[in-house]
Amino acid sequence: MSDRLAVRKTYKLYVGGKFPRSESGRSYVVTDHKGRFAGNAALGSRKDARDAVLAARKAVAGWSGATAYNRGQVLYRVAEIAEGRRAQFVEDVVTAEGVSRSKAESTVDAAIDRWVWYAGWTDKIGQIVGGANPVAGPFFNLSTPEPTGVVGILAPQSSSLLGLVSVLAPAIATGNTVVLVASESRPLPAITLAEVLATSDVPGGVVNILTGRTAEIAPWLASHADVNALDLTGVAEELAVSLEVSAADTLKRVWRRTAAEPDWTEEPGIDRLTTYLETKTVWHPIGV
Amino acid sequence: MIDLTTLEGMDTAGKVRSLCAKARHPDPTDPTCPQVAAICVYPDMVPLVVAELKGTGIHTASVASGFPSGRTSLDIKLEDTRNAVAAGADEVDMVIDRGAFLSGDYLLVYEQIAAIKAAAGKAHLKVILETGELVTYDNVRRASWLAMLAGGDFIKTSTGKVAPAATLPVTMVMLEAVRDFRVATGRQVGVKPAGGIRTSKDAIRYLVTVNETAGPDWLDPDWFRFGASSLLNDLLLQRQRMATGHYSGPDYVTVD
Repeated sequence: MSDRLAVRKTYKLYVGGKFPRSESGRSYVVTDHKGRFAGNAALGSRKDARDAVLAARKAVAGWSGATAYNRGQVLYRVAEIAEGRRAQFVEDVVTAEGVSRSKAESTVDAAIDRWVWYAGWTDKIGQIVGGANPVAGPFFNLSTPEPTGVVGILAPQSSSLLGLVSVLAPAIATGNTVVLVASESRPLPAITLAEVLATSDVPGGVVNILTGRTAEIAPWLASHADVNALDLTGVAEELAVSLEVSAADTLKRVWRRTAAEPDWTEEPGIDRLTTYLETKTVWHPIGV
Repeated sequence: MIDLTTLEGMDTAGKVRSLCAKARHPDPTDPTCPQVAAICVYPDMVPLVVAELKGTGIHTASVASGFPSGRTSLDIKLEDTRNAVAAGADEVDMVIDRGAFLSGDYLLVYEQIAAIKAAAGKAHLKVILETGELVTYDNVRRASWLAMLAGGDFIKTSTGKVAPAATLPVTMVMLEAVRDFRVATGRQVGVKPAGGIRTSKDAIRYLVTVNETAGPDWLDPDWFRFGASSLLNDLLLQRQRMATGHYSGPDYVTVD
C-alpha cells in the first residue's frame, strides 16, 4: 500500500454565497504563529471588494426584510453548524494564534456562544432602542430601528475567530449585510467560518469575506459610495484617519478603532448592534 | 448611442415624463453628460414624449405593428404605424411576423415590412427580428437580409420581452449582414441590439464588435444604437467613478 496523497485545501474568498478565487489571480502564503507554511489564501483586490459590495447590496432587501425572529433562527443555525465543526475551528485557532489547545477550545466555545447571544438579540433590539414616543398632539409616534445597509468590516488582526465573530454577528443580526476583510496574517479561521455560513441558511451575499492586505482593500471600501457603514477595528493606526475622512465623504457610519484590540472575551454589550441602525419615526394620526 | 425605453403595460404619463427628463440630462450633477439618442415608448405616449423633447434633438421612437407579438392583421399594423407617425414619432420600431418567417413564408414577411415602411413615410423604420425566437444564426441572417431588402433603415435584435434578448454572436451576424448589404447595394443600414446589455463592459464588447465587423462607419448614433435602459445607469456610475476616483452606487442615479 502506498501512502495516501495529501488533499491540500485551496482557501478562497466568500462572495455572494460562492467561493471564488480572487479576480486578480493572486494568492499569498499564510504561516502559522511560528512562521511555518499553513496555506495559500486568496489575495483579494479592489475589484473583489467591489464585487462583494454588489453581492451585499443585492442581499439587503431579502435579509433586512426577513423577520427579526427568522434572522435569530438563522444566526442560531450558524452556531449549530459551527458546533459540528468545533475540531476544525480549534485546529485553525491553534495554528493561527499559537495558543494552547485548551485556550483555543475555550475561544471556540466563546465564539459559538456569541452567535447564540446575538441570535437572541435580533428580535429584542427593537424594544430596547425603539418605542412609542410621547408627543403633544393626536398622534401615535413610533420609532423603530432599521438596518443601515451594507457594512464594511475590517476584522481584528489578532483575534482571528472570536474577534471576527464579535464584529460580524452584531452587524448581520440587525439586518445589515456585510463585506468583511479578514485578519491579514490569520485569515484561515475566517474561511472556515465562511464554509459554516454557506451551509447554515444565511442567504448568499449577506456575509462576504475577503482575504488579503487590509491596507490595500480598506480604502476602496471606505470610499465606496454604496457602502453605508465602516468598522475600522482591524486597521493600522496610520491608516485610520484617512479612511475615516473618505468614509465621511460618502456619509458612512463609522466604528472607530481602539488603541489596543479589545478583550473579546468580555460581554460585548449592544453598542455594536446599535451602531449599524437608523431610527425610523412614524407619526400616525389617531383622530380627535 | 442609447435608446431609453419604457414598454410596460403599467407605463404612466408621469413615468414617461421622468424618463424624458433623464434623457435630456442623464446625470443632473454633470452638465457635460451627453444626451441619449432616442426615447422609445408605446404609441399612446408619443405626443407626450414629442412635447417633452421639443428642441432637444432627441428622437422619439414608437413601437408599432402589434408590438411585441406582431399577431394582428396587416390593416391594424398599418393603422398602428400611421397613428404613431401622425402623433409625431420620427422612428418606428416594428416587429416581423415570426410565425410566417418560421413557416417559410418569407414573401409575406417581406411584403408586410415593405407595406409598413410605406405607411411610416419619412419616419425611420427599425425592424425588430426577435432573434430569440428565430432559433438559428442562418435565420437571423436571412431575416436581416429580408428586412433590409424590404426597406428597413435599422435592424433590431429584440423586443426585450423574450429571453434570450440581444447576444453578442447574434449581433455579430447582423453586423455582417449590414456590411455585406452595403457592399451589395450601396445602402447603409443601422443595427440596434436591445435587451440584456446591462454593463459598460458589455457595451464596450459590442462597440469593439461593431468596429471589427462592420467598420468605424457604424460607430455613430445614426447607425448603431443600444436599446438598454439599465446600461445608462451603469454608464453614469462609471462616469462618476472616473470623476471622483471612488466607486459609486445605485443610490446616486435615478432608478427607473
